[in-house]
Amino acid sequence: MTDWIDIGTLADIPQRGARTVRIAGQKEIAVFRTGDDHVFALVNECPHKKGPLSQGIVHGHSVACPLHNWNIALKTGEAQGNDEGCTPTVAVKQEGGRILIARPASLKAAA
Amino acid sequence: MDFQNNGPEMASEEQRFAPSQDVREHLVVVGNGMAGCRAVEELLARDKDRYRVTIFGAEPYVNYNRIMLSPVLAGEKSFDDIIINGRDWYKDNGIELIAGDPVTAIDRAARTVTSQSGRTVGYDKLLIATGSDPFIIPVPGKDLPGVISFRDMKDVDTMLAAAEAGKALGGGNAVVIGGGLLGLEAAHGLTLRGMKVTVIHLMDTLMERQLDEAAGWLLKSALEGRGQTILTGANTAEIYGDGKVEGVRLKDGREIPASLVVMAVGIRPSTALAREAGLEVNRGIKVDDHMVTSDPDVLAVGECVEHDGNVYGLVAPLWDMCRSLADGLTDRHSGYRGSVTSTKLKVAGLDVFSAGDFSGGEGCEDIVLRDASRGVYKRVVVRDDRIVGAVLYGDTADGGWYFDLLKREEDVSEIRDLLIFGQAFASGGGALDPKAAVAALSDDAEICGCNGVAKGQVVACIEKGACSLDAVRATCKASASCGSCTGLVENLLSVVLGEDVQSGPKTLCKCTSFTHDDVRREIVAQNMRSIPEVMQLLHWSTPDGCSSCRPALNYYLLCALPGEYQDDQQSRFVNERMHANIQKDGTYSVVPRMWGGLTNPRELRAIADVVEKYNAPMVKVTGGQRLDIFGIRKEDLPAVWADLNAAGMVSGHAYGKSLRTVKTCVGSEWCRFGTQDSTGLGVKIERMTWGSWMPHKFKIAASGCPRNCAEATIKDFGVVCVDSGYELHVGGNGGIHVRATDLLCKVSTEQEALDYCAAFIQLYREEARYLERTAPWIERVGVDYVKRRIVEDEAGREALRSRFLYSQSFSQEDPWAQRAAGADSELHQHLEPPMPFGAIAAE
Repeated sequence: MTDWIDIGTLADIPQRGARTVRIAGQKEIAVFRTGDDHVFALVNECPHKKGPLSQGIVHGHSVACPLHNWNIALKTGEAQGNDEGCTPTVAVKQEGGRILIARPASLKAAA
Repeated sequence: MDFQNNGPEMASEEQRFAPSQDVREHLVVVGNGMAGCRAVEELLARDKDRYRVTIFGAEPYVNYNRIMLSPVLAGEKSFDDIIINGRDWYKDNGIELIAGDPVTAIDRAARTVTSQSGRTVGYDKLLIATGSDPFIIPVPGKDLPGVISFRDMKDVDTMLAAAEAGKALGGGNAVVIGGGLLGLEAAHGLTLRGMKVTVIHLMDTLMERQLDEAAGWLLKSALEGRGQTILTGANTAEIYGDGKVEGVRLKDGREIPASLVVMAVGIRPSTALAREAGLEVNRGIKVDDHMVTSDPDVLAVGECVEHDGNVYGLVAPLWDMCRSLADGLTDRHSGYRGSVTSTKLKVAGLDVFSAGDFSGGEGCEDIVLRDASRGVYKRVVVRDDRIVGAVLYGDTADGGWYFDLLKREEDVSEIRDLLIFGQAFASGGGALDPKAAVAALSDDAEICGCNGVAKGQVVACIEKGACSLDAVRATCKASASCGSCTGLVENLLSVVLGEDVQSGPKTLCKCTSFTHDDVRREIVAQNMRSIPEVMQLLHWSTPDGCSSCRPALNYYLLCALPGEYQDDQQSRFVNERMHANIQKDGTYSVVPRMWGGLTNPRELRAIADVVEKYNAPMVKVTGGQRLDIFGIRKEDLPAVWADLNAAGMVSGHAYGKSLRTVKTCVGSEWCRFGTQDSTGLGVKIERMTWGSWMPHKFKIAASGCPRNCAEATIKDFGVVCVDSGYELHVGGNGGIHVRATDLLCKVSTEQEALDYCAAFIQLYREEARYLERTAPWIERVGVDYVKRRIVEDEAGREALRSRFLYSQSFSQEDPWAQRAAGADSELHQHLEPPMPFGAIAAE
């Protein structure tokens, strides 16, 4: 069973932008809102050199890493084009106007 | 809009044949619109010397594209953009144009026409191309001032004036009667012009002649989503108002206030002139297969005619008719056989396509695909294994293919299962090969709807040597108007030429077929005001662009509309969005401005305090003589800025495509060689130029003597002070490719140095491509060009300078102060999950 964490509303995230979430003991998570109001969550690190993806330019359902412009698919976390690598994704859903992310597995036991 | 140049036009000065001695047969054309002029074009293409031609037009303009009035209303095009044939065309072909003087009578016995001003002209052949008149529903109030149709340039002017008047009152109200194509385009244009628009439509769904119910409904909800009120099943009872229109009353008693009412319920063939002349007229002027009326010397073409019982109100049949007419006039025998019509439209920016008969009925099978989340709806109607109709909404890419199958009455039983998924899928493979798709089209498949150009014509034009997009545009006009068929034309080029396509200038990015220069030009020409608008009007292939085009468009709009354009933060690279430089570990570095490289104890103390307070691991003097504080966390940035602001320091814009620093030496104040006060001049230049956004980073330096200690000759703009004045240098770069500056000129006063600097920056801002530094830009355009614009053209220089200063009046606000005061503070903060997880997050 997945534990869902309420992290706020769609309006808390700029359209074509991202906000970050910190959970103890975990890597920082970037929560993205696309132009068509889909929400995705990824670990906030580019697979290339750990650039903070939350600060990249969001276009379509991708984000361009601010450090070296790698394009990462928001849905899968995979680098696009000729680049290879993958950023872990975090399950996310919108429910009753709230955004919920899945509590990362290693926290489950602790809680 | 400037129509003056196209105003009432009389005989062209130089004709190849003076009328008095011209023994050729005289063709008189009544109607200077799309049909009349196209017929003459077709005739000239067959035999340019056969007839002497005179064209009468009711409107005081040259031949323009009436279909494009909607973009003019919407502000997407200017009148000049929609001219099909300018004055030169008439002159070069020896055509006499009598514009602004409608023909009022035809005397067939005497073979003359007479115009409103009393001019009588004899003819050997007469061509009637009077088009159609808007239908005005006979309700009370239809003649009130403020009630108009949507048919000609005058109507557009009236609408623009109403929108302008409404603006003063905070947005006026307009009612459009008629939810057909024309009505919706009028409504769209008026909405874009700031009016609150209500569309009144008699039928239950919009555009019921082109769309089925489902597509009509999708269209309605999309338009409502854009703020229009759509009333279907609404019957107009009366237009009311005292002396001018004040509103519309419906049969059910509802009243809709409006200062403008546009009647767009339909058109009917304009036949009065023909009828009075005793020609045979039914719904339209009756014509045979060569467009000849009941009088063998009188022809008619376009929307005013009836051929084989059919009257057409679309452009494609008109081109067919004009070809047959020209064949007849030059003794060729083809003959018009009627047209099957299709409609591919952008209604208010929404893609809509329909063709043939989609009413269904006995023996018809409907194949339907709905994809609600993508807003796509497709319906193909098949009878006896042949497509008889199609309706597409949202994705019309396959419209041409369906229409082609329909016209050729091709048996589709083999591909029936895959038909609805489109050509790529149905032709097997599923992989999309647009070149194969365009290669498979028949020769008469329409490529460019705006200019009525079929595939065969484009291919012929390429085969005759037009081997680039621009050449095709110039030669056969395909893709020269709205540009939506650009992709098709490019594919045709590579299909016909194989590998020999001359690739044009590089496109801005993969999302568009336009180059940087094209986009900049169109933004200004079409007065575009936002990134989504640019992407819409220039047919961007991605929903919201990419990380290359969005920052470029944001800059181009900012440059074109200083003080007006609403900057788009999400289209800025992180450094500009966070007003600091991102470093490899995700922290930021902060560079406060130190004017001309000068500082003082207070500033130094503030910097030192910040370094300690926020544990900045490093402070460094930059190449541009400023102090750079490293290792600041995103969350701490606003507080750092507040502290620096408190000491009077503002952002150094070290993070931006903007003016960075003005490097100086100490000049005459301290240096024993200094000739002028280079430090003081550097401060003045920095005070003038700081805060300006540029295509790329921009660096300036001022050296006090030719020893050039400030290294001014590798800067974008450099001043080297000499005894007699100031040498101005441009286009230097100390980056990857080191480039020394070119000498622009020498001036004698400090004020001139400042003025030339402002003018040069503005020229670069307006004409360079995004991410092009001054060095490659100058190498591309040539330093002579820059000298012509800045040094030789005094008025031009002054205009550039004042545009720069005007733009600066909006941009010299410290972005740090705004953030420190709390603007966008959430961008610096993490989302906080509420309790109890907040407790966990707090560690």
